[in-house]
Amino acid sequence: MASFHENLTAFAYLVAAVLFILALRGLSSPESSRRGNTLGMIGMAIAIITTVLSPEITSYGWIFSALAIGAVIGIFIARKIAMTAMPQLVAAFHSLVGMAAVLVAGAAFSNPIGFGIANAAGEIFIASRIEMGLGVVIGAITFSGSVIAFTKLQGLVSGRPIVFGGQHFLNALIGLLIIGLIVYFCVDQSAWIFWSMTALAFLIGVLLIIPIGGADMPVVVSMLNSYSGWAAAGIGFTLHNNALIVTGALVGSSGAILSYIMCKGMNRSFFNVILGGFGADATAATATAGDDKPVKQGSAEDAAFIMKNAGSVIIVPGYGMAVAQAQHALREMADELKRADVKVSYAIHPVAGRMPGHMNVLLAEANVPYDEVFELDDINNEFQTADVAFVIGANDVTNPAAKTNPQSPIFGMPILEVEKARTVLFVKRSMASGYSGVENELFHRDNTMMLFGDAKKMVESIVKNIA
Amino acid sequence: METSFVSQLSIFVLAIFVGYYVVWSVTPALHTPLMAVTNAISSVIIVGALIAVGPEGMSLSKVLGFVAMVLAAINIFGGFTVTQRMLAMYKKKDKAGSK
Repeated sequence: MASFHENLTAFAYLVAAVLFILALRGLSSPESSRRGNTLGMIGMAIAIITTVLSPEITSYGWIFSALAIGAVIGIFIARKIAMTAMPQLVAAFHSLVGMAAVLVAGAAFSNPIGFGIANAAGEIFIASRIEMGLGVVIGAITFSGSVIAFTKLQGLVSGRPIVFGGQHFLNALIGLLIIGLIVYFCVDQSAWIFWSMTALAFLIGVLLIIPIGGADMPVVVSMLNSYSGWAAAGIGFTLHNNALIVTGALVGSSGAILSYIMCKGMNRSFFNVILGGFGADATAATATAGDDKPVKQGSAEDAAFIMKNAGSVIIVPGYGMAVAQAQHALREMADELKRADVKVSYAIHPVAGRMPGHMNVLLAEANVPYDEVFELDDINNEFQTADVAFVIGANDVTNPAAKTNPQSPIFGMPILEVEKARTVLFVKRSMASGYSGVENELFHRDNTMMLFGDAKKMVESIVKNIA
Repeated sequence: METSFVSQLSIFVLAIFVGYYVVWSVTPALHTPLMAVTNAISSVIIVGALIAVGPEGMSLSKVLGFVAMVLAAINIFGGFTVTQRMLAMYKKKDKAGSK
């Protein structure tokens, strides 16, 4: 029979879970999102306080120190981080959830009676062994995978995919080995089995992410988001904690949906992304296509003149804008154009940037009102009536080859139809092809003008010329 | 123990459905804050760490739990703070146009 206190605790966890659901629900619009975030914080506070009030928990000194250390570090990082570094921050945060799951599983494994998952002789229940095994393995994969994703996003290692022979075979072998160990763990709860499967899971986390290239990171980051949820849910099963199970399920499905949206944005299957290697043979693809076709090159003055005299301008930002930190200059340009009575809007491709919604956050940071920013489906029809499409730091997502050339690796990918605008202005550092390694025929069209240079400097100089 | 597993599984499956519908209603413009906040709430795993840290005395379990607690706390405070920072930036037209 559950005691009054146990019922109260379970009820408090339920409240916390509901508050977390409301926190996600709030994100359906920017107005309700801020309140949603507050509800999430309240939910977290309830979950923590409820647990601390349990009679078995008495080491308040330890608990307070851990919370204080975490709060200082967490708040410091969250305040200082540049918005352009958000993808790597999120990857780093995922790695922490993964590691926390591994450590909690380790703590439960070394003190099963304290966690209430073993009989008096210290034999862990079979169900708990499976749950714990899954929790620790998914947690370890989340950790090491996120660390690799972080190093790629931070530029510590090259974003290029790392592929070698027998890679998939090796992964499959390690995967089977881990499953075998989990099964064996049900029979024998020796420490070596627990820690070997943890170690193998760390290894496979690394191996899974290294073959995936930089521009596929939106899928990877979403996928790891999903994993961190499943890891939390696995630990929730072990601890018989409903708040953890519900939250894990929410986060798991959230990450899975984001991965799905990102894959759809590239017209690639999830497995195609996960197996990796995309863009690795980029050099071969460009060599055949890039003959010396003429390109029309323009200056900041030309661009300023064209846009000032336009009726409407659609700005298409991509990862290049983030790299150059050009979002503030871009907003100034838009302000100048609006002053000249030009209608300005922004078009965002689902996979622009390095994580879902990356461009939206950067534009919001630069004070671009969110009702001027549109998703692909909402704005694509407007290019045909637009005078200027101003593409800054994007390439593949505008490539008409995705519609016209069945041989192209990006064929079938939904694109922003910038070629339908009267004039297309491309801000680019060089003629190099995009991530997919595909030549963009738009560069050679008559109504396209290339603006070569650093995105930020180019936009700043356009601003001077408009004003 | 058996019934408790099935009831947990029911909660789990139903929560996946709740998550599915709630997340599809999130506007794509807020997908980055969504990731940051899901990251923060998944750190509710801290309750597991609390159970390990809780008892008096010293053990391996307690040390592991302590480290887990610090990591999860970084995530909780960092995740909610950075989400709040991002959400505060989303503004409507009339305000921004004036500057």
